[in-house]
Amino acid sequence: MKIRKELWFGFILMAMILAGTAVMLLSADKVTNGHLGLMMLALVVVAIMMGFPTAFTLMGMGMIFTWIAYERDTNKTLTLMVQSAFKVMSNDVLISIPLFVFMGYLVERANLIEKLFRSLHLAMARVPGSLAVATLLTCAVFATATGIVGAVVTLMGLLAFPQMLRAGYDTRLAAGAITAGGCLGILIPPSVMLIVYGATAGVSVVQLYAGALFPGLMLAGLYIIYVIIIAKLKPHLAPPLPESERHIDLPALTQKLLANVSSGVKTRALPALLTGMRGERNNGVPIGHIARQLGIALLPLIVFTGVSLLSYRVATSPVEAEAPVAANSGMQSLEEKPAEASSGASSGGLAEPPSDDKAEKKESSTGLAEPPSDDKAEKKEASSGLAEPPGAAASEPAAAKAANTGVSEPPSSETAKAADASTGERVPAPKGYWIGLAVGAAVMLFFYAWLSFARLEIFKMLLSSFFPLVVLILAVLGSIVFGLATPTEAAAVGAFGGALLAAAYGRLNFGVVKESAFLTAKTSAMVCWLFVGSAIFSAAFALLGGQELVENWVMSMNLTKFQFLLLSQAIIFILGWPLEWTEIIVIFMPIFIPLLDNFGVDPLFFGLLVALNLQTAFLSPPVAMAAFYLKGVSPPHVTLNQIFAGMLPFMGIQVLAIVILYAFPQIGMWLPTVLYR
Amino acid sequence: MQKILLLVDRISTWVGQLFSWLIVVLTLLICWEVFSRYALNKPHGWVLDAQIILYGTLFMMAGAYTLAKNNHVRGDVLYGFFKPRTQAWIDLILYIAFFLPGVFAMAWAGWTFAADAVAIREQTFSADPLPIYPFKAIIPIAAFMLLAQGIVEIVRCVACIKNGAWPSREQDVEEVDVEKLKEMVNVKDDDIVAAGQAALKKAGQS
Repeated sequence: MKIRKELWFGFILMAMILAGTAVMLLSADKVTNGHLGLMMLALVVVAIMMGFPTAFTLMGMGMIFTWIAYERDTNKTLTLMVQSAFKVMSNDVLISIPLFVFMGYLVERANLIEKLFRSLHLAMARVPGSLAVATLLTCAVFATATGIVGAVVTLMGLLAFPQMLRAGYDTRLAAGAITAGGCLGILIPPSVMLIVYGATAGVSVVQLYAGALFPGLMLAGLYIIYVIIIAKLKPHLAPPLPESERHIDLPALTQKLLANVSSGVKTRALPALLTGMRGERNNGVPIGHIARQLGIALLPLIVFTGVSLLSYRVATSPVEAEAPVAANSGMQSLEEKPAEASSGASSGGLAEPPSDDKAEKKESSTGLAEPPSDDKAEKKEASSGLAEPPGAAASEPAAAKAANTGVSEPPSSETAKAADASTGERVPAPKGYWIGLAVGAAVMLFFYAWLSFARLEIFKMLLSSFFPLVVLILAVLGSIVFGLATPTEAAAVGAFGGALLAAAYGRLNFGVVKESAFLTAKTSAMVCWLFVGSAIFSAAFALLGGQELVENWVMSMNLTKFQFLLLSQAIIFILGWPLEWTEIIVIFMPIFIPLLDNFGVDPLFFGLLVALNLQTAFLSPPVAMAAFYLKGVSPPHVTLNQIFAGMLPFMGIQVLAIVILYAFPQIGMWLPTVLYR
Repeated sequence: MQKILLLVDRISTWVGQLFSWLIVVLTLLICWEVFSRYALNKPHGWVLDAQIILYGTLFMMAGAYTLAKNNHVRGDVLYGFFKPRTQAWIDLILYIAFFLPGVFAMAWAGWTFAADAVAIREQTFSADPLPIYPFKAIIPIAAFMLLAQGIVEIVRCVACIKNGAWPSREQDVEEVDVEKLKEMVNVKDDDIVAAGQAALKKAGQS
């Protein structure tokens, strides 16, 4: 019976569109070409809803109406078609799409997600609703790195969903967390959606990336806050994990070391290891093992020290020309800190154990530069260095790039440290530096006071799953945002990094590359042919004068800027129900963008609003892809309606996020403004 | 007849997969150029043009392959809920109304467009020019392959209208292959069912 209902929804929508068009055509005094244009728009929406491949619907319909607009001049029509196709083929913005897609498939095949989820959920064990929070974080990180919504939702549906259900989580909450989290990848840069918007609206992708970073993180943070509040207020929906689920097995040698300490797991790691090194009470554990543990435990401190020294030199450097660069590195820290803080702090503010998270997170901003010391790690650091030239101007990125392509160079890892460095000083002035140093030192102290052997194990797991991904993302994103590399270059190097990542985890073989390449070709063909179709279609729409008609019509309504934004976002929101984000962007953005000027809206800001808004398109039934992917792997008793019900609160949060972004545009506009204007 | 159709299917797939490898070439080319420019200080002017050509060729030539695997994005409000026969009717009508004229026009226009470029052996505007006429010739070739594949799809629609079920397609790697993903993260169907039962039991207790 449900099926019937869904059909009715579509039919009613189509009927409304057709009726609206009929009314418009009949009420017009004189049917002009412009009206034909609007009719074409309505027809195309109806045709898309019928389910024919969108690219060819647009191409065919566009061609027919172009021919009418040119007064049946076949030659001109043909020229326009081939020019449109060639324009898409030689578009230097779209070229990064296959590269980012390729990177995503490779990273996905590296199969980090299982480890990532486990380590995050152990690290979060004391946070209320820890499984759901860990799910959201895993989704955010993994989805950002891969950008493949379907795969992320399916994988998390396999990994996290059964676990949450077994732990007694509410089905709806669990489903909502997975579906909402999985869609974050399309918003948080580097994402394909922003490239598509940039190419359609003629906005720089670099600025879009810089702008979408904070709104994306804000949305992820809001999700996490919501889950924690729910877990706090209604513990029966998200019960805390039993002790047995949180237990971590220590390595045999470490256990031996702690043999005569009563509560081995809770012992502070650092003093125990240090005394062990001196040979006291080491219970015959080989010194090499202790040294290794100690080395890992000390990593954050080493990185912190290196970073402080380096940034001290930068901060106190008298050379005038270096000041902006230093400021840049401050910016980077700002960019990174909220990245961590928004997730860490959000739990910190509401839950009792703020320390856990805070320290953990802090850690990630310091420990970041030191994944396990294999060759891949070296490379990661290098590419992180790429994000950040604290000292020199040109030679630095060169070195970083060099290392990046395989040659691992110690200096570049230095640079990498400097990257996350600036652990707090926003101003290159000495005073800011000392404040930053003090904060960093306090955090370090806290971290070591808190670091027990059990947590050392968690830290090791994070090192091998969480940090490599974060470093990869930050390296790609950082080099784009700071203008060190074009998006294309960063995407290609990122794809190469993805291959190295897969290799480091022993997952790289001919089959994986082959499958990734085939999938990349199909996905790129899908997106780019859509562009070919929409180029022809938009040309027809403009030729018919539909644009003019829309503009006159909107202007005649005498809207204020706020009303206009409200109206446009509402339209996009509604379009998100029957259509997918690609269709909405390529068909409707060319209509909205020219209107922005009249209201003084920055296309960049509009793009950020649209990007947030289109998140809802993934979660709104009936075409909520995420829900169907989750349904495909969930236990039989979970119904589609339960999943939809679980997604509703998260849709509410998305709307809230749009409102917050509108109220405080600086969230999105601050970084691009500082960097590029 | 059936044989020819399958042959066309296979040619589209084979050509598409062959050109898929361009993404590997593209990745390596750009990485190498990045290395060469920043580390060796030896930029190459032609790489910018070359990467555009690789990208354009990649997606154009994969168009028919994507169609053969039914991977072009569709609006799915109604389509998924229709019976196969209804789906086939819609597809059949719209293939003839939109697809054939559009793609045929593209092939036709691309032919003259490319012929002009080939006639003058057109090159890119840059210090070290690359020949661009083969790139322009991609348009009619890709459109022609798409046209051939589209005709195969139309025959598929007709077969579906006759039999009430879609003729099968050859298997290909999929973006979300649930079985493969299950294997990747070591989750078995039993685990999922067990988790569901555990959850139900828990819900019953409380």
